[in-house]
Amino acid sequence: MITFQKYVKAENLEEAYTLNQSKNNKIVGGMLWMRLSTANYNTVIDLSGLGLDKIEENETCFKIGAMVTLRALETNKSLNDYTNNAVSTALKDIIGVQFRNLATVGGTIWGRYGFSDVLTVLLTLDTYVELYKGGTVSLAEFASMKYDRDIITNIIINKKACKCVYDSVRIQRTDFPVLTCAVSRLDGEYRIAVGARPAKARLYGDDEAVLASGITNESAALFAEKLAKQVPTYSNNRGSAAYRSQLVKVLTERNLIKLGGLM
Amino acid sequence: MDITLTLNGKKITDQIDPDLTLFDYLRSKNCYSVKCGCETSNCGLCTVFFDETPVLSCSVLAVRANGHKITTLEGLQDEASEFIGFIADQGADQCGFCNPGFVMNTIALLRENPDPTDDEIRQFLAGNLCRCSGYEGQLRGIRTFLDSKKSR
Repeated sequence: MITFQKYVKAENLEEAYTLNQSKNNKIVGGMLWMRLSTANYNTVIDLSGLGLDKIEENETCFKIGAMVTLRALETNKSLNDYTNNAVSTALKDIIGVQFRNLATVGGTIWGRYGFSDVLTVLLTLDTYVELYKGGTVSLAEFASMKYDRDIITNIIINKKACKCVYDSVRIQRTDFPVLTCAVSRLDGEYRIAVGARPAKARLYGDDEAVLASGITNESAALFAEKLAKQVPTYSNNRGSAAYRSQLVKVLTERNLIKLGGLM
Repeated sequence: MDITLTLNGKKITDQIDPDLTLFDYLRSKNCYSVKCGCETSNCGLCTVFFDETPVLSCSVLAVRANGHKITTLEGLQDEASEFIGFIADQGADQCGFCNPGFVMNTIALLRENPDPTDDEIRQFLAGNLCRCSGYEGQLRGIRTFLDSKKSR
């Protein structure tokens, strides 16, 4: 487990940011993944006193504080109504309730983990990451950025005409996913995210307009087949690259059919 | 570091190392129901209530408990005694090592959802691993308890 000499519960973001500029210091979220490392830090910085544990909603967006737990996201009725329960479906198999009561959305998104269900589903929404110094960037852009020493303050999900579907394959409930797949239609635009490839989720669109005339069994199958050829997959002890590519095809087709109301 | 918390209804003040986990702190306070199974945030054996929320004590810094209420199974004997007999009747306790965490999370489930379906029980307790029972005995025990409550 990580060790450290000093714990600071930050009183404001500037204090947290200043402390975080030292490589010997580290911001902790839920501390579930980080605790598994053997790193030694001088100071860990806790953001839990900064009021970043709230989900706020107005007519145009959801504003989700970085310290909001995955369980709070999973059980937020309004967000799940908006996403047709895609968010709760994505989160419900992450370890267990006790784990999700600790893991934070900020920590999860900051990690840009290759196994992340959260990153996969949020990529298919109109999601932005609000950074303390770095402004607001789209989640897709953030996912490709290098790690720096800024701080995520909020995750913003802009509301659009939204329909979203999520599915994943796991060898066993609570295990890491073998593959994750989310599909959405936002204001008529299709967005498809594939994660646990096993690498961080990537976002795709309907660039060839395969779905332009709507989702049918045939267009869903054709789109899924084309996507499976585009998505880079790799092998690990949960599955081979070839198996994952097959899963890309199956989950994409299945999710599109659900999205189109054909299942 | 100095912390003040309420442990099983009793307010205590202590001096601790900043990187001490809540699990290690609770064991040092003789809360031996809190057990360490995996130490990788997976198994649910170390479940305690942080205020009213079930969490993995192996993954919480003790210093984060400052100003909060921590409850272990030692502090929930009455609530637990309502249904643990039903678990035992199904032979679902087996070696017993996972039981405290399982009982804690079952209490959390029943507080949140007093009449869960079997799928809701499985879903809520998925983070409590048991290497003996295969989970069916535990499910039968909870179901029998809930059915008996309805018929009272």
